[in-house]
Amino acid sequence: MAVIDQSAGARWRWSVLDLVVIVFALIPVLWIASLSFKTPATITDGNFIPREWTLENYRNIFNTDQFVRALINSIGIGLISTLVAVVLGTMAAYAIARLDFPGKGLLIGISLLIAMFPQVSLVSPLFEIERSIGLFDTWPGLILPYITFGLPLAIYTLSAFFRQIPWDLEKAAKMDGATQGQAFRRVIAPLAAPGVVTTAILVFIFCWNDFLFAISLTSTERSRTVPAALSFFQGASQFEDPTGAISAAAVIITIPIILFVLFFQRRIVSGLTSGAVKG
Amino acid sequence: MADIVLDKVTKAFPDGTLAVQGFNLEIADGEFVILVGPSGCGKSTTLNMIAGLEDITSGELRIDGKLVNDKAPRDRDIAMVFQSYALYPNMTVRENMAFPLKLAKMSKEEIDRKVDEAAKVLELTALLDRKPANLSGGQRQRVAMGRAIVRSPKAFLMDEPLSNLDAKLRVQMRTVVSRLQRRLGTTTVYVTHDQTEAMTLGDRVVIMRAGAIQQVGEPQELYDYPNNLFVAGFIGSPSMNFLVASVSDGKLRTALGDFPLGKRVRGALDSTAGDLIVGIRPEHFEDASLIEDSIRQRGVEFEAPADLVESMGSDKYVYFTVEGEKASAAELEELAADVGSSDLPASGSNLVCRFSAESRVKEGDTARVWINLDKIHLFDPSTGRNITLHEGRASGVTA
Repeated sequence: MAVIDQSAGARWRWSVLDLVVIVFALIPVLWIASLSFKTPATITDGNFIPREWTLENYRNIFNTDQFVRALINSIGIGLISTLVAVVLGTMAAYAIARLDFPGKGLLIGISLLIAMFPQVSLVSPLFEIERSIGLFDTWPGLILPYITFGLPLAIYTLSAFFRQIPWDLEKAAKMDGATQGQAFRRVIAPLAAPGVVTTAILVFIFCWNDFLFAISLTSTERSRTVPAALSFFQGASQFEDPTGAISAAAVIITIPIILFVLFFQRRIVSGLTSGAVKG
Repeated sequence: MADIVLDKVTKAFPDGTLAVQGFNLEIADGEFVILVGPSGCGKSTTLNMIAGLEDITSGELRIDGKLVNDKAPRDRDIAMVFQSYALYPNMTVRENMAFPLKLAKMSKEEIDRKVDEAAKVLELTALLDRKPANLSGGQRQRVAMGRAIVRSPKAFLMDEPLSNLDAKLRVQMRTVVSRLQRRLGTTTVYVTHDQTEAMTLGDRVVIMRAGAIQQVGEPQELYDYPNNLFVAGFIGSPSMNFLVASVSDGKLRTALGDFPLGKRVRGALDSTAGDLIVGIRPEHFEDASLIEDSIRQRGVEFEAPADLVESMGSDKYVYFTVEGEKASAAELEELAADVGSSDLPASGSNLVCRFSAESRVKEGDTARVWINLDKIHLFDPSTGRNITLHEGRASGVTA
């Protein structure tokens, strides 16, 4: 174990450094939150704390069909993509971690390749393909590319988790009279659960945050997700800036992510397998 | 409880390596058998084949008279203790031990009764509600044992169960394992690479090397009458001394002097030409001044300066350097590689002698050493075979 410098000076330096990082990361978020509570008249006054508080922006976005519909699209598309990617990814990752099969190296290589592929270069071909086969501006039209790019992420994260679970546990379960299925369900799955949850959150965040595919492969409210819909927000007149509404929408779509992480934080702990084997 | 029969069992891996070849062994009901050998000798693979965790490439495995080659581990009714213990980290000690019983669909009361009983035997009662992460190494080891005994299986398989414990605890747990096995009378197959464990625990010991059985027998038998160089070098601590020797004029010429050769040994030697290897255990040397005249003529004596004297209290280990060629054979190199001594620099060979505590030999003194010729073994370096063995017994070189 490395020796950690516990002197007062070192602790002080670390505190300052941590504070700088947190401020740097949080200021833009807080600024948007502040904008979302400002009235149109005070939005450009440059104050961090709004002079006049209002919930008008929130009321407005929920009154427009545009935003509510986009929210439903985002949640639906995100959940379906995540579910499929995590189920397929779990099976693939388990095989990669536990089995030696021909072409294993190739499979890992290809999934890494997909993860690294510049998505922008795929947008035009995907646009053409989806238009000609009728997937353009539909849910599956977004779900498919999300699964494609979510899978490598899922496979990588999950195989790392599965590798941490000692294989002896599965053997022990079999010796104790479990079938392969029981061994997986009663011994491996409970240990892999934090990994699966972590992976699901990561994949969901990826789908939820995507703007590139969402703006390129949709054209109407039918399948437009929130990040894309935000760019279509308009003010009441052409002279009005929709900043307040966009900020409110941005705050709304950040909330599920924050909730997710807070809720599952305690499950995303490493060291669940400690004590299984000599440690 | 059951007997286990391995009939020409062979394991070949897909890449063609033979991990185990032609393994024949009959394990009687209630017997405690040890599989021992250096790492990579196939002992764990053999155990995994008995468990059903590895497929058998060819040959037959019968448990309780029934062929089980193609049966899943769960249908063989045997329990296993793993080197890593493999406790389920998400379950308490009680749940860990109850797991096999739950899978067997026993009633709640019966499970509780059996777990409590096993916990009492292994002194785990106070720990039943703890998770494995909060147990010490020795406690985890006992939980692993508890999980195995709780369902009274036909046989126990143990894969180096004590090798993760520190030295003192290992000795203590050795007696626990031994007593438990005697008490339950369950057929047990125990894998270890530690020859001390093998000698002290088993009814019978199977010594393996490169996937093949070298010798099977009771510990004392293996110690006194090793079949070949490998067994001779593997069993015993400190291990047997090996020296180069040759025969001329009816005498065995070694760096320690000339030994007379008996008629039967001479007869056996006619078939082998060239150099030989002499094997002498440390305790078959003695300080010549302590030897009574009545047995003195059963051995020979030599003089040499003592390099080092280690007093153990009960006896003394005296080290000598023997000039000349070092005994070499494939088996000996393998053993040296296993203990990691192959890269130690050495001029000539080292000789370890165990003298009784009354010996007055000091470091640097020239000591007069007596060798008991009745206990000497002679090996053929090309085949490794023990030439002095006659009808399974050895009687030294003068017979």
